[in-house]
Amino acid sequence: MMLIDLAANALASGAALGSIYALLAMGLAITFGLLHVPNVAHPAIVVAGAYAVALANGYGADPLLAALLLTVPFYVLGLGFYTFYSRAFELRGRGNSLQSLTLFFGVALVIEIGLVIAFGTDLRSVSVPYVGQSLSVGFVTLPYRFLVPALVTPAVILALWLYLTRTHGGLALRAVAHDERALSISGIDPSSVKRHAFGLATALAVLAGAALIITGPVDPFTDRSLLGRVFAVVVLAGLGSIPGTLVAAVLIGVAEAFVTTFVSPSWAPGVAFAILLGTLGLRPSGLFGASR
Amino acid sequence: MKINRREFAVLGAGVSAGLAMPAIWTGARAQGQPIRVGCSVSLTGALASTKNSLIGYELWRDDVNAAGGLLGRKVELVVYDDQSSPAAVPGIYSKLVDVDKVDLLFSPYGANLTATVMPLAKQRDRIIIGILTLASNDRLKHDKFFQAAPWGPNGAEDWARGFFDLAIANKLQRIAIIAADTEFSKTAAAGGKRVSEAAGLKVVMNQVYPPTLNDFSAILRNLKAAEPEAVFLCSYPPDSTAMVRGLSEIGVGESVKLFGGGMVGPQYASLLQTLGPALNGIVNFHLYVPEPTLKFQGIEGFLTRYQAIAKERQVDPLGFYIPPFCYAAGQMLSEAVKATGTLEEAKLAQWLHGNPVETIVGKIAFNELGDWTERRVLMAQFRNIAGNDLEQFRQAGKQVVLDPPALKSGDLVPFAKARA
Repeated sequence: MMLIDLAANALASGAALGSIYALLAMGLAITFGLLHVPNVAHPAIVVAGAYAVALANGYGADPLLAALLLTVPFYVLGLGFYTFYSRAFELRGRGNSLQSLTLFFGVALVIEIGLVIAFGTDLRSVSVPYVGQSLSVGFVTLPYRFLVPALVTPAVILALWLYLTRTHGGLALRAVAHDERALSISGIDPSSVKRHAFGLATALAVLAGAALIITGPVDPFTDRSLLGRVFAVVVLAGLGSIPGTLVAAVLIGVAEAFVTTFVSPSWAPGVAFAILLGTLGLRPSGLFGASR
Repeated sequence: MKINRREFAVLGAGVSAGLAMPAIWTGARAQGQPIRVGCSVSLTGALASTKNSLIGYELWRDDVNAAGGLLGRKVELVVYDDQSSPAAVPGIYSKLVDVDKVDLLFSPYGANLTATVMPLAKQRDRIIIGILTLASNDRLKHDKFFQAAPWGPNGAEDWARGFFDLAIANKLQRIAIIAADTEFSKTAAAGGKRVSEAAGLKVVMNQVYPPTLNDFSAILRNLKAAEPEAVFLCSYPPDSTAMVRGLSEIGVGESVKLFGGGMVGPQYASLLQTLGPALNGIVNFHLYVPEPTLKFQGIEGFLTRYQAIAKERQVDPLGFYIPPFCYAAGQMLSEAVKATGTLEEAKLAQWLHGNPVETIVGKIAFNELGDWTERRVLMAQFRNIAGNDLEQFRQAGKQVVLDPPALKSGDLVPFAKARA
């Protein structure tokens, strides 16, 4: 196989993989990037979303369609989640990062254990006709199980970007990230805006869960392997930059694919952090941090 | 006060009886008490999928008790959840030995957990049956350790040797070795490389990958370019799934005749059902498959009973991989107790070292390290898998045994042909 073939395939696989990483990180880009709440339970919520999608798929539902419908209950779940967090920590003046981290680690563990009790530890997957098939264009071959979820991300990001820039709710969400007090002076309850943001992030987690389980099977502990990478994506993009999340994730995905193809797959997991360290050294606010 | 001779004799007898009473009472009580067999099982945590081992133990206990017990005493299991955590295991086994005072021990599942209990077993000189643990006694050389799984002698390196023997027997010249970056996989890959080179096979690719890898496209493209005739893959369930899917999506090239070997995952019903026909052609290790050459005494009855319980408890519905070997672990103990008529562990160990044991997974003989004297890890080829119905995997002819020769139920069909 020629070098150019391998490079073209690495580029295509990496871009698709990066797009999926962006979807996995999108909820965190809101909670951590915009609200500065270090929600380390986000990958666990993604995995819970994947299980919910697998359950619906068991009744014959398409995973992405099921995920779209499940965004509603997950949004409500997110509202409840933030209400609990707000009452237990923020309103009592204990919302510092370390305590929040402890809480969210605890939440992640509870979700993992809940999934084990409810579904066992066996791998769960979904049945969709396109898994096992690929799209071939010239000498580039891309499995549909990566391509289909990868195409969801730009659509989600566009919708989210339009919401954040063109609606009052979106503007309020961005405003709460910048100056909570100024927002209260203008008569808007910051808590209610944050609650809504958490709902949104949790709803996005179920879409990410669908993407995750289409690419491969999951078990209750899959979140542990996602945590580092999704944080790397959000920090590399620059906190609060939603379109930047896609760029950062694709950059990581392509770099990983090239390293896997031309160097060694063993090096691939370190790529995200190497890029992150290199970028933060030159640009501490991340790639698009200044634009928010 | 004067004591005459008769009074002195009565008093002496009384004192002697009094002193001996605790021992007599304890002995009599022990005779009536059940024989306790202790172990930890990963009921929760990352290894909870192995909790079906408990069904194997329970069925053995029930069968022994239904036949009148051992030495006229009932058998009782003392089981704790180790939460899949190696840190929890030493405490559990100390409790089993010191507080629960169990008579005999099974190890936890697998090498990682068992490694933490072996020093205790050796220090207390206790007999312990290893449950699918690999090479756990190679360093300690405890003379009362016995293995319930068929990894054979030098298991750490040679458990997957059957795959390489197949490559050699089928005159394949070029081999690729791909292994997850874990101790278990890398050791097997190193053993395979050594065997391949000794047999004159050319290792055209020797690749380690991180266990979290989900996209094997790049590796498969590099594999195609290397044009191997055999591909040895040592993987864990998520990456086994990703690789099997990659085979359909990207392909592996026409040169490949033999693919698989050390994939963990396709032994379990959940993955068999998920992957279905995508498994066709793959040759992979297993410990038991329902082929006519493996009709050991009692295995079919055991599986029928297991499968009814497994359905109720929502664990692996097939139960080919772990439970029969847990039942066999119990049989090893009960046969030794019956033959020696004692619970004295030195005598039990001596008997097990000197005598083969008939079990539901065949006749087992042990070497000086307690490993099976013969490797009996199966290399079976998936054939004629249609759809995702689990029932088909209970039939013969779906996982054809190619190695070891004594249990062979068919010959290798080249990879591409078996997938056609």
